[in-house]
Amino acid sequence: MLSNAFINACVSLLGEKNVLTKEAELIPYSYDATPGIPREIPGAVVFPETTEQVQGIVKLCREYKVPIYPRGAGTCLSGGPVPLSKGVVISFQRMNKILEIDTDNLTATVQPGVVVATLNAEVAKYGLIYPPDPGSMSVATIGGTVAENAGGLRGLKYGVTKHYVMGMEVVLPTGEVFRFGGKTVKNVTAYDFTGLFVGSEGTLGIITEVILKLIPAPKYRKSMIAFFDTLEDAGQTVTDIIRAHVIPATLEIMDNMTIRTVENFAKVGLPTDAAALLLIEVDGNGKDGVEEEAKKVVEVIQKNRGKYKVAETDQERDNLWAARRAALPALAQVKPATVLEDATVPRTKIVDMLRAIQEIAKKYNLTIGTFGHAGDGNLHPTILVDPMDKDEMARLDKAIDEIFDAALKLGGTLSGEHGIGVAKKKYLKNELGSSGIEVMKRLKKALDPDNILNPGKLVPMED
Amino acid sequence: MGKSIFENDEVLKRELIRCMKCGNCMAVCPVYGAEVKESAVARGKIALGEAYLEGKIRDKDLMNLIYNCLVCKSCMLACPTGVKYDKIILALRHKLAKDLGKPWIKKLAFWSLTHPSLFDKGLKAFSKMQGFFLEKRGPKLRAPRAFLRTLGKRFDESFVLPEFASKSFRDITPEVIEVPNPQSTALFFTGCSINYLYPEIGGDILLVLKKNEIKTLIPKEQNCCGMPVMVHGDIEKAKELAKKNLDLFERINPEYIITGCASCGSALKHEYPLIFEVDQEYETKAKKWAEKVYDITSFLLKVIKLKKPKAELKLKVTYHDPCHLKKAMKVWVEPREILKAIPGVELVEMKKPDACCGSGGSYHLAYADTSLKILQSKMEDVKNTRAEVVATECPACMMQLGEGTQRYKVNAKVKHVISLLAEAYRRES
Repeated sequence: MLSNAFINACVSLLGEKNVLTKEAELIPYSYDATPGIPREIPGAVVFPETTEQVQGIVKLCREYKVPIYPRGAGTCLSGGPVPLSKGVVISFQRMNKILEIDTDNLTATVQPGVVVATLNAEVAKYGLIYPPDPGSMSVATIGGTVAENAGGLRGLKYGVTKHYVMGMEVVLPTGEVFRFGGKTVKNVTAYDFTGLFVGSEGTLGIITEVILKLIPAPKYRKSMIAFFDTLEDAGQTVTDIIRAHVIPATLEIMDNMTIRTVENFAKVGLPTDAAALLLIEVDGNGKDGVEEEAKKVVEVIQKNRGKYKVAETDQERDNLWAARRAALPALAQVKPATVLEDATVPRTKIVDMLRAIQEIAKKYNLTIGTFGHAGDGNLHPTILVDPMDKDEMARLDKAIDEIFDAALKLGGTLSGEHGIGVAKKKYLKNELGSSGIEVMKRLKKALDPDNILNPGKLVPMED
Repeated sequence: MGKSIFENDEVLKRELIRCMKCGNCMAVCPVYGAEVKESAVARGKIALGEAYLEGKIRDKDLMNLIYNCLVCKSCMLACPTGVKYDKIILALRHKLAKDLGKPWIKKLAFWSLTHPSLFDKGLKAFSKMQGFFLEKRGPKLRAPRAFLRTLGKRFDESFVLPEFASKSFRDITPEVIEVPNPQSTALFFTGCSINYLYPEIGGDILLVLKKNEIKTLIPKEQNCCGMPVMVHGDIEKAKELAKKNLDLFERINPEYIITGCASCGSALKHEYPLIFEVDQEYETKAKKWAEKVYDITSFLLKVIKLKKPKAELKLKVTYHDPCHLKKAMKVWVEPREILKAIPGVELVEMKKPDACCGSGGSYHLAYADTSLKILQSKMEDVKNTRAEVVATECPACMMQLGEGTQRYKVNAKVKHVISLLAEAYRRES
């Protein structure tokens, strides 16, 4: 329990409306979108609106030795914002102003609570985009996506969050405010601090302002869908598209299990006997360039024995995308709960990874539908389970262990875009080794000597 | 026979675990938009429901938060896994009402709803003495007198509501309205708002049906649809009302049932089959009649062929989608088509026509601050269209929007879509 003195100090700092302490108000801050991880109901939730207030909270937490759990929209898929003790959750959802859109330097300066989709709607007025587009973008905040280094569908061509962060203001766990980076394209002053804080999952500093890079919105696009009789043909198509030097904005794959479920659910006219489908979109600012890339993609599909459809109108494009959009909703109808993983491999190993997942599904008698971003090797095996079935949940744990093993053996990584948090901490050593864990611990101790900021996440202090 | 979600915690639990806590509902929830805290949104309420079933919490705060929802169903459209939130919220409120009870004033109101003749007498008595509580603020407009302001925040100086009619719509209307060569026969389910507060809309609907050669039945003994008690978790009373209405439909056996109130329509079409789940006899009846329920605009366009009005109505109109019409009955094209069918009407869309107005039945009284915040942004959207009329198809929305035009000084009249059509027909002759 948090002391009355601490709560009163928070109230005088932020006002009564910005401090939640009733049990019923706190329960909805005890989770994110990650299933089956340890969690605790926090002792309080606070809503700062300025950097000074964040600094004030950190100082109070140091004084009263209260753990801090920073939180955006709580859409994280690895447990990043989930409290593990009766500490204080700092919600950034009310610190959500777009401070500036600089259409000459092509930057946006924002507070951490700005929603990704809101920012995109604002910059669209100037013909610009902020490309990182995680599935949760309609609610996810910039602060959260920066802290988790979120990816998205356009990652292959446009990169991920880390490629768009130019500078930041953070409040350190020791209470100081630290600003670095800025609006310059080039900046090699001191360490690359953006690299340090992007993806630090709220363990090294609290993000209070971010300067983001914007790019002109592509004017033309062309979408197509292709079906293959074998996984190998689909995998070869992915490789050959890149070999032909076409980098599509979207290059999504869906396995047979997912195709059948989607068709059964949404009746969008997918061939249920196809081993895999690819959804491909090329875009750019020149019409001819886009047409030419689309032509090259079609040639590659034909060479690899794929059947395909090219969208000629926006309506047709929407129809093609309906299949991808229906993937998760459709899979979720099969069983009460869905566990979404994001093991990632080099794109040349996608077929091996898909095969490995299918074997694991068979071995543990689980239903796994896999879809994901084939172009960047980031797959989303979606395991369908019934949480009330104890035996199935035990098999699920084993299957997840093996999925990560398989990804690492293929030269991949534990997480492409969801993060480590608490969900994957136990696998960290397998990828980084003892020396890697040691580096993480030293970094954490150097910046957060009292282990007050998001303790228990990302860094395996106990190892 | 299995157990329904209202009788069995395990069934409720099975619905709750379908929520993956992705949080997509935050993008569309009007209450979250106004309050910006997790307890406001569907996933938060589902988490609270889980904690409640696990016995971790059971207090007045929980009750306040579970009732802090407009049941507008916006979240259901944004949900990637199809969580049946409408069912969940009813079941949670049902369980809470049983566990913790309801305030006595609501108990009295609900009891009277299931005793229609008393309810009817009570409201008529009230209409005669409404001047004691409510002062006149304009034609057919009333505002609470100063002593009522202590009742709650919503009863401030700016609060206005429609006058209670001294004679209800069903009192002044024959039970059968014949036309020479009827295209079809339909039962007009008036609902309480049209019956007691907006009888003129009832009249407009009759005029439109007559013009389109529909034989209309308006049985006096129809009951409240049950939505008000249902959303407060009183499923037993809702079933009582629903049974009476379904039995009435069985007896009269009309070809179609028409509603002019989005909430009544939603109750008849969606909630009846839901509350009677696993009650074989009434589930079958509910499903059978649900098929025959149409809101008045879809009826005119989908079931019969609308007689296009010839007279002109030179008006700039914007349309507000009632949540229960768009999100429950899935009707949003037809009301617009009706408006466009009126010569001279220029339809201008507001920024977010399907954003909730914040009424939510009695929500606007219990959660005044949030309701007004939601209403204010709605009224800004209306204002920006510079429309002369904001049309809609739900009396509850009309009450809220009507108040909004006064409170936020928006120069637009609030009208039922059908009243505009009726006006155009009237001008023909």
